[in-house]
Amino acid sequence: MSVDEHTVQYIAKLARIEKPVGDELKGLVDDLNNILAWVEQLEELSTENVEPMTSVVDASLRVRADIVTDGGYPEDIVENARDARDNFFVVPQVVE
Amino acid sequence: MRASPMRPKNGGDVNAQAKSSKLISGATGEWEVVIGLEVHARIMSQSKLFSGASTAYGGDPNAHVSLVDAGMPGMLPVINEYCVEQAIRTGLGLNAKINTYSVFDRKNYFYPDLPQGYQISQYQYPIVGEGEIDVELEDGEVVTIGIERLHLEQDAGKSIHEERSKKSLVDLNRSGVALMEIVSKPDLRSAEEAGAYISKIRTIVQYLETCDGNMDEGSLKADVNVSVRKPGEPLGTRCEIKNVNSVRFIMQAIEYEANRQIDLLERGEEIEQQTRRFNSETGKTTKMRGKEDAHDYRYFPDPDLLPLEIEESRIEEIRQSLPELPDAKKRRFMTELGLSDYDAGVLTADKPSAEYFETVAQGRDPKLAANWIMGDLFGALNKADLEIEASPVKADQLGALLDLIGDQTISGKIAKQVFQIMFETGGDPVKIVEDQGLKQVTDTGAIEAEIDKIIAANPDQVAQVKEKPKAIGWFVGQVMQATGGKANPQAVNQILKEKLGLDG
Repeated sequence: MSVDEHTVQYIAKLARIEKPVGDELKGLVDDLNNILAWVEQLEELSTENVEPMTSVVDASLRVRADIVTDGGYPEDIVENARDARDNFFVVPQVVE
Repeated sequence: MRASPMRPKNGGDVNAQAKSSKLISGATGEWEVVIGLEVHARIMSQSKLFSGASTAYGGDPNAHVSLVDAGMPGMLPVINEYCVEQAIRTGLGLNAKINTYSVFDRKNYFYPDLPQGYQISQYQYPIVGEGEIDVELEDGEVVTIGIERLHLEQDAGKSIHEERSKKSLVDLNRSGVALMEIVSKPDLRSAEEAGAYISKIRTIVQYLETCDGNMDEGSLKADVNVSVRKPGEPLGTRCEIKNVNSVRFIMQAIEYEANRQIDLLERGEEIEQQTRRFNSETGKTTKMRGKEDAHDYRYFPDPDLLPLEIEESRIEEIRQSLPELPDAKKRRFMTELGLSDYDAGVLTADKPSAEYFETVAQGRDPKLAANWIMGDLFGALNKADLEIEASPVKADQLGALLDLIGDQTISGKIAKQVFQIMFETGGDPVKIVEDQGLKQVTDTGAIEAEIDKIIAANPDQVAQVKEKPKAIGWFVGQVMQATGGKANPQAVNQILKEKLGLDG
C-alpha cells in the first residue's frame, strides 16, 4: 500500500491543515510511504489464532456510576475561547 | 422473536415487495419506495455517556459541561455503566441480539459543536445486533420490520445562528449526552409504514424508560433514507434526509422525496446520491451536499477506551427486569380484559394512557373503563390540548365516577354531566353528586307519581303506545325530563310497562 500526492493533499484537507505543495508535499508522500512500508513488514508475521491485543496489561474497561459529579463552571469552560459572550462560545457563523 | 407465516415479513429482505396499495403511480407505471430509518434516541440518564456532567435539558449555557465534554486536552472518557444498561434494555425490547463484545470508535469531523473533533461512536462492533419489531398499520395489517443494529454514541452541542452578527453561539450542554442510534433494515415500503415504525420505537423506549421519546426536545429524531424502483428491480440510488424531528414530518419528507425521485427518473434523469434536509414550512427536501462532498469520517478504534465486554449473566438479569412491553400489554388487554383489538391498540400506544387505563379498570368493568377513557376523557383532553399526564380528572377520580354508575347512585347520562364538572374543576365525583343533588331517584313511589301525572295528561299518546310499543321511548323521555334526568332508567321502564299494560 502506498499514497500518492493527491491522497496526501486529501488527507491534509480532512485534517483541516494547510494544503501541502511542492517539496513539502513530496517529502510528506515519501515519509508516509516509508511508514506504510514498515507497517507492511509487520504483516509478514502470521497472526492467525492470535487475539487482537487491546491493552498491554490485563485490564477491562473502567466504568462509572450514573451520578452527576461534574459541571457547573461555565466561566472556566469558555475562559480560553477566542471569543465568548454570556458563557457561549462565539464562532464565525456556520450553517451547513 | 415471532414471525407467523400469515404475516407479510419484510425482515431483512430488500427484495420483499410492497402491496400494490403502497406503490406510487407515476407516468410510466407504478413505483415502489424503499425506506430505511436511522433513529437517534437520547438515553434517559442522570449524567453523560463519558463524563459526570448533568444531562438535564436546557440549563444556562455551558453549565452542564465538564472538561471532558469540552474536549480539553488530556481528558479521558470513562463510560457510564447505566447508559450501557439502557442500551442493552432497549436492544432486548427490540428483540435483538446483545453483543457481549463491542468497541468504541472515533468518527472524525469538524464542526464547532463537536469540540473533540470526533464523535465517540461504535462502527464495526456495535453493542446490539439484529432484531425485529412488529408494526401495525391503519388497516390492521401487521408488518415485521428488521433492525440492523443499535449502537451507543455521543450527542453534539448546540449552535445558535445569529443573523445580526453573522456569528454562531455554541452551547455544549448537550455535548456528550448518550444517544442510541437504531438503524432499521431497508424494510419500509411507504410513508405510513415509516410513521408507524418510528411511533412503535417511541412507544417501546417509553415503556422501557430508556428514552423519554420527546420529539419536540429532540430526544428522538431520525435520518431517513429514501430510494425508489420499479417493483422487482434492484435498489435505486438513495438520498438521506437528515434530522427529521416529528412523525408527521418524516412521513411528509418521504412523500415529497419519493415523488421528486420518480419525477427525475421519468424525465430520464439519474438520481444523485445526496444528503438532503427537510423544510417543515414548505414540506420540501433540498440538497445539503452531494456525493463528492460526502463526509469521510475515517473511523478508527478509540485508543482511550478498551472494548466493552458484557457478561451473559448481566444481560439475563436485565432481561428478567424488563417491564411489560406494548405488544404483550395489548395482548393481555385483549385476552384477559376482553378489549377489542382497536381499543387495546389505542390504550397501549403510549405508556401514560395504558397506566391510566389500568388504574381505572382495576376492580371495575374494563370495557366501561375503556369507553370512558377513549370517549369522554380523550375527547375533553383533545379539546383542551392536554396530555393525559396533565388531565384534570385523575385515574382514581374517573374510577370513583364509574363506581357511582356501578352502584346506581347516578345514571350514565348524569355521569357525563358530572364528568364535565370534574374536568373543569378537578373536583371529586362523590362530592359533586352530593352538592348538586344529582343522585339518581330510585324511590319508585316518586317515579310512579310522575308517571301517573304524565299518563293522565296525555291520553292520545297512551292510546298510541298500545299499537306501537316502541313509542314507550317518548314516555321515558318525559319522565326523565320531569325528574331532571335523575330517575333510574330501569325503574322508569319497568313501571311504565306495568302502568301502560305492555308486556315485559
